[in-house]
Amino acid sequence: MIRVEGLTKDYGPHRAIDDLAFNAQEGEILGFLGPNGAGKTTTMRILCGYMPPTLGKAEVSGYDVVDQSLEVRRRVGYMPETLPLYPDMTVFDYLKYMADLRHLKNVEDRVDGVIEKMNLEMRASSYISSLSKGLRQRVGLAQALIHDPEVLILDEPTIGLDPAQIIEVRDLIRELGQEHTVLLSTHILSEAQQVCNRVIIINNGKIVAVDTPERLQARLTGARRVTIQVGGDSDGLEEVLNNIPGIAHISTNLDGNIEFETLPGQEPRPEVAKTIVSAGYDLLEMRPVGISLENVFLQLTRDEPSHPESPEDEPIEDEKEVESEGY
Amino acid sequence: MRNIWIIASREYKLYFSSPVAYMIAFVLLLVLGIFFFLNLQVAAFQPGFVPGVEVFLAPLATMLVMITPAVTTRLLAEEKRLGTIELLLTAPVRDWELVIGKWLGGFLFLLTIVAITIIFPLMLNQLVEPGIDQGPVISGYIGIILLCAALVGIGVAISSLFSNPIAAFVTTLGVFVFLWWILDPITQVMGPAGSRIDLIRYLNFSDHFFANLFRGVIDLGDTIFYLSVTALSLFLGTVSVEMGRWR
Repeated sequence: MIRVEGLTKDYGPHRAIDDLAFNAQEGEILGFLGPNGAGKTTTMRILCGYMPPTLGKAEVSGYDVVDQSLEVRRRVGYMPETLPLYPDMTVFDYLKYMADLRHLKNVEDRVDGVIEKMNLEMRASSYISSLSKGLRQRVGLAQALIHDPEVLILDEPTIGLDPAQIIEVRDLIRELGQEHTVLLSTHILSEAQQVCNRVIIINNGKIVAVDTPERLQARLTGARRVTIQVGGDSDGLEEVLNNIPGIAHISTNLDGNIEFETLPGQEPRPEVAKTIVSAGYDLLEMRPVGISLENVFLQLTRDEPSHPESPEDEPIEDEKEVESEGY
Repeated sequence: MRNIWIIASREYKLYFSSPVAYMIAFVLLLVLGIFFFLNLQVAAFQPGFVPGVEVFLAPLATMLVMITPAVTTRLLAEEKRLGTIELLLTAPVRDWELVIGKWLGGFLFLLTIVAITIIFPLMLNQLVEPGIDQGPVISGYIGIILLCAALVGIGVAISSLFSNPIAAFVTTLGVFVFLWWILDPITQVMGPAGSRIDLIRYLNFSDHFFANLFRGVIDLGDTIFYLSVTALSLFLGTVSVEMGRWR
């Protein structure tokens, strides 16, 4: 459904995306993951015919985004990150305008249908300026869905929503993914993990990794992390654990809470439990923690060789942001 | 063609959902009404003076030059400010359809306001014995329509350059004032000779209106002038929208 080869876009001297190549199959939810400024929006804008690439080729549903731009635009539903809505139109009029521009038949039925799908019936005749952020997000999504497109491109669909709304939108995207090919961008890693069949990690305009969320996680988790909780003071416990074979990277998170990694292929947990008890500590809890996509992401983007062509070192700052938002 | 009409009719309707449209119509008709009344007063006291269409056509043309920026400034600059331009540029609509649709919406709105001013010649026809000369009414209104087309065209083109409607407004007003008032004194100061002066004289917006159309003569040259300004503006507007895609 989406085919991208050697896609490159320059803004003046700044290279926003560099030689991207990826595919998306029909009925797939493809996540586009990266820090702010990584090139996600640029790629999406090229794919929906908003701007031409500097180099490379991109096809949507078999149509070239430059030479057959109108055909592409007919088949793509696009929700930009900025949520472009006309505040002085009602929800119904706005959606009708969008449907008219796409020359749909039975426009009113189509609009009513999408309003129902997005649970906007109560607000159909409200002015968009009076809607809350969450409702606007739904109107934006309704606009992208109105012509039942083959490909849905959603730029940061959950940004600025409260947790309940985020869950709602994610459920909706999963549902849409059954009938449409969905390309969504996000800088929240757990979102990609929950929603997408496949994730493309992009940093500094380059693809760092492409895989399913599970496999990406597994790729860097030959080791497992285990957290233990003991009652009272845990002074000296790190030294005790240090002597046990098969564990590494011991760290104290809080007093009484220690995390360590088990080395691949080893099971030191029974030994750890015995040692803790015999050393006189009260073992309250011991459980494995999966290495999250956050860690994978940070590891992947950190391993990237530095780019001589982009002197401003923005990704480091962005990673911090991602870290704090993701957890 | 269908897209042009869809975009134009949305723009047209939108004017009436904001107070701007009513304010523009109110101010225009009020000013014209005052001029009209004063001219009738003068005619009542000066036996030799018979008011004709010029008593409202001249202020109408001048007022249009001043209010058109308020009509056109929003058309594309507002889309850019709201980001909704992204929506239109990713909809299956050609760039020229977008620009012409915007132009048509603004143009039709101005024509609606102009249509109301028909009451002035109708009243005048009743008041003046034996009725007013019909020729200047028809040619004058053709001139006004052509003028509106060209002004809205320039307005749309300038609007496409800005993402701030107020900046677009001020620029449009400046350009109009230049074309309507300032070019005339320039040609007078520079004297009669030379080809450069001919070009400047040719660009003089008010001259093309007042020289012939205003006096009851439908001149082909003036008609072509206004139509080509409209076409050129819409072409440049389209180029500007297309250039916007590359940034």
